[in-house]
Order: sequence, then C-alpha cells, then structure tokens
Amino acid sequence: MQRFLLRRLALTVVTLLLVSLLIFLMARISGDPSTLLIDDYASAKTLEDLRISLGLDKSYTEQYWIFLKNAVRGDFGQSIVQKRSVGSLITERLVATFQLGLAAFLFSIFVGVPLGVFSAIKRDSLMDQLGKLVALIGQSAPPFWIGIMLMFFFAVRLGWVPPSGRQEATSIILPAVTLGWFFVAANLRLVRSAMLDVLDSEYIKLARAKGVPRPKIIWKHAFRNALIPPLTFAGITLGSLITGSLVAETVFAWPGLGQLAYLAVRDSDYPLLQGVVITFAVFYLASNLLVDVLYAYVDPRIRFG
Amino acid sequence: MLDNVVDSDALKASSVTIRTIFRRLRRTPVIPVFLLSLVVFAGVFAPWVAPDNPRKGDLRARMAPPVWVESGTVEHMLGTDHLGRDVLTRVIYGAKISLIVAAVTLSIGGTVGVVLGLMAGWYGGWIDEIIMRLVDIALAVPLVLVALVMVVSIGKDFPDWLGGQTGLIVLVLASWIWVRFARIVRGEVLQIKNMDYVALAKVAGASTPRILAFHIFPGVINTLIVVATLQVGWVILVESTLSFLGAGVPPPTPAWGSMVADGRDYLAGAWWISTMPGVAILLTVISLNLFGDWLRDKLDPRLRQLAAD
Repeated sequence: MQRFLLRRLALTVVTLLLVSLLIFLMARISGDPSTLLIDDYASAKTLEDLRISLGLDKSYTEQYWIFLKNAVRGDFGQSIVQKRSVGSLITERLVATFQLGLAAFLFSIFVGVPLGVFSAIKRDSLMDQLGKLVALIGQSAPPFWIGIMLMFFFAVRLGWVPPSGRQEATSIILPAVTLGWFFVAANLRLVRSAMLDVLDSEYIKLARAKGVPRPKIIWKHAFRNALIPPLTFAGITLGSLITGSLVAETVFAWPGLGQLAYLAVRDSDYPLLQGVVITFAVFYLASNLLVDVLYAYVDPRIRFG
Repeated sequence: MLDNVVDSDALKASSVTIRTIFRRLRRTPVIPVFLLSLVVFAGVFAPWVAPDNPRKGDLRARMAPPVWVESGTVEHMLGTDHLGRDVLTRVIYGAKISLIVAAVTLSIGGTVGVVLGLMAGWYGGWIDEIIMRLVDIALAVPLVLVALVMVVSIGKDFPDWLGGQTGLIVLVLASWIWVRFARIVRGEVLQIKNMDYVALAKVAGASTPRILAFHIFPGVINTLIVVATLQVGWVILVESTLSFLGAGVPPPTPAWGSMVADGRDYLAGAWWISTMPGVAILLTVISLNLFGDWLRDKLDPRLRQLAAD
C-alpha cells in the first residue's frame, strides 16, 4: 500500500512539475514578456530596467525556480489586461466555480442514478430506450452546444431563467445542467449495467424465491450493490467537472475560474492564464490522486496488482 | 431455414442470399454509415458541393433564416450568419476542417502509439517502464488546459508550413491520443508474443523489426481500426470545444466549434447560426460512436472490456 501511494504521489508531483515547466517555457518561447508591458517607443534603458525589475536578466533555471516558489505561494504576478494581481482574481472566483461544480455533481447523481435504475428494471421498455438516447446524446453532443441550446429555449424563448450571469438564484440551473449532462449519461450507463448484473445474481434469485416483495428486492438488495460503480466514478467526475466548467462558465458568463480562463485566452493575458491553469491543474491532479487512493483503499487488487 | 430444404437448389441459393442481405442490413448501422459517408463526401468535395463561398458574406443578406422558416429562401438553405455568409456552405467546409484535423491527429498519434506500444510490449524491461510512465503522465495531464496555454503563447507564431495554429492543435491532440493506441497495442503484443508462430519466426532468423512488422502488427490491426474509429469522435469533440473557446482553428476558417460561438450573440434573432454546426457535430459524433460500437462487436468483441476503462 505504501509503495503504491508513494508511486501515485510521485506521478502527481512529476506531472504538476511538467505542466508548470511547460507553462514557464511557453512564456519564454513566445517572446520577451517585457516587450508586452512596454510601448514600442520606450528607450533601451527603460527596457533594461524593466527586465531587471522583472528578473528577466537572470538565468532560465533561476527564473524557473523563482516562478515555482511564487506559484507555491499563490503569487502569479499581475494580469496584463485587468491590472490586478492574478492571485486575488482567482481567489474571488473560486466560490462561484465550486458552487457550480457541486450543483452539477448533485444533478448528475440525482438524475442519472434513478434513470439508470429504472431503465435496468424495465429493460427494453420505452423508459430504457429513452435512457439509451440520453446516454448516447450525453456521450456525443458537444457541451458548449447543449448549453447554447438550453439558453435559447429556456432563457431566450421561454424566459424561465436568466440567460447568463449569477445575479439570481435560478441563474445556476442552466450552467449546472450543461456541466452535469455528460455525467448524467455516464451515471445512467454505469448504474444500468451494474443493476442488470446484480439483478441477475444468485442472491437476488434467492430473495425472489423466498417471496421478498419486488420493491424491497430492487431498492434494498440490488440498488445498494449497484451503487458501487457510480460512487467510484463520482471521484473521477470531480476532476473532470473542473475542466468542464470552462465551457459551461463561458457559455453562461458564470463568473468563476473557467470564465476567467476564457477571458485570459480571449485577451491573450498570459500571466492570468498561467495562474488559472496551474490552479486548475492542482485541483485536477489532487482529485485524481484522492480517487486513486480511495480506490486502492477499497479494492485490494489495485494495491497489490 | 427448414423450408429451404425442400426448395430447388437455385431457389434456395437466391432466397438465402436475399435473406442474409436483409439480416445483415438490419444489423448494420445503415443511418450512421449513410451520415458518415455524407460528412466525408461533403468534406472531401467541399469546393464543388458547397453552394457559396465560405468566407465571403453578403451583408445585405445577413441573418437570413433557413428555407423552412417564413421568409427563408432556397438560395440559403440553412440561412446566413451575422456577416451574411451561407451557413450550409460553412457547415460543409467545417466538415472538411474537422476531417483533416481528425485524420492528421490520428495518423500521427496512431503511428507513435503503435510503435511505442509494440516496443513496450516486445522488449519489456526498462523500455516498457519508461513508455508506460509516459503513458501515465499523458493521462494525468489536463489536456484542454495545456492546449489553451500552448495556443495563447505560441499559437500565432507557429510556422505556417506546419499548419499554423491548427497544426499546433493537431500536435497537442496527437501528443495525448497516442496513449490510447500504445496501451492497447502493448496489451495485444504481450498476448501474441508468446505464440508458437512468433517463436518459429524467431528461430527461422527473422529480424526483430521484421517480426514486429509482419508477425505481430497484423494481429493488432483489427483492434486498431476499432480504437481509431472510436477516437475520431473524441478528436472532433475536443477540437470543436477548443475552437469554441477561441483556442482552436483560427477564424475566418470555418470550423464547427467557432461557428457555434459566432452565433451565441444572435440567439434571439438568428438561432440557426449556432444550431446548425452543432447539429453537424452531434450527428457526426453519434454516427461515429454507433459505427464504432458495431465495428467493435464485429471485429473484436474482447475490446468491450478494454474500452470500458
């Protein structure tokens, strides 16, 4: 177990370092950042002073080391366009992203799991066909397009919810559905196949033979066991929800980290982008690490395999 | 089947063929295959099929509705966008870009993945160890974020002979997708390499590259076809997502993702600008998934297990 944990931890750290190195190198390849901050008519002296104040006169390894030290402290410098510290821009938007992620997560569980159960117990019924359609669309439809279509029908046409922003309580519905849609489909498929497996097992047959009422068999005996795959999947979901928030937040102008990344791309605001990407990467890798550790804890085959 | 026995030979032959054709047709995903052929045809022959120029708009005809909506015209079957460009034309040219990106990504990623997978499986030891650690890292990297960083930093400076920003996207996608191929090929090689016919080739004095190319590789082709088909849809989805975020195929090249983004601000007045390219993505990816599933069942039922993870 310990060896497995160390290995996973090492992989996470190496990946994070590689991502940070990539971000650092890209900034240097794309040209001298000081030319971006200063206008074309500045004197050579001003440019040199700026380079020294930015630490650009130091060697690359030294610069990378400083970059890492600052990143650990959450200091990513100044946003070029918004003229504010990247760290504060990120922290003030964290809550909105977590809110949206949580809402999408709950949506995917409370819609996906029951749909999966019903399509398993009423196999090949209309319900099951419908479930298959939901799963197929969830797998194949681009999330940004789903978001725009939802916006068109429920905000523009019907006017039930606001089309964008975060002013009203109902504002969260459409972005959460957009973000959660894929995971509804995933949960549905997982629960359906797990339920079918369990319902086919010997102990369910025994329960049935004993005359246990059908609802009790389904909800007490089968459902509990069928919950294991979606629960383990829930962990993976957490990591992907973070990157998925990029699209949902962009479509609905939800003021979270994802939208911040989009704004950084739109404005070519590299300091801002690197801050957001590193923050995202840390959450992403940390949640993946957590899932693997939990997995190994639950399932000894992984630990020793 | 039983009543065929009493039929004359000729009749039997004909009825069997008709029946088998019928049965095959029922199992073959006719609609997905048809839609895919349509997309490929439109993409390959875009300049001849498209009714208009994808980049030239007619501002007097901007935001004209599709033909089935009141005041829609046959001239612009799917309407026009905010710059008066024909939506159908742009959807057709969008197919071309999506196909090119998917084809080049899968060729590069597939080749690298197959070669590394063959090596990892065949040699084992430290070579295997290094390649599999690379696989772990590639899987752990949040791909879309890395792509954003690359595009914003060097996208505009990426050399034209490598395809400019689109070429950069292809490289990023390929540097991630080779993993899918490498893992599956490695697994197959581990199974095949201990078979008698491989040992025989070795004894007969075949060189390692020859064994890998002529004895091992043919054994993994079926698996490769299935994996590649299922990955095409994924590449199209990621590319369109990046284009939608403004970090993919750069405008004015008509890409499905950026077309959806274009129409976002005109939803109330011209819903078709965003809707049509999205429908194109949806139908293409659904068809690819259905066709891939069918291929998998046909060519390699074992993959069901592998694809689950």
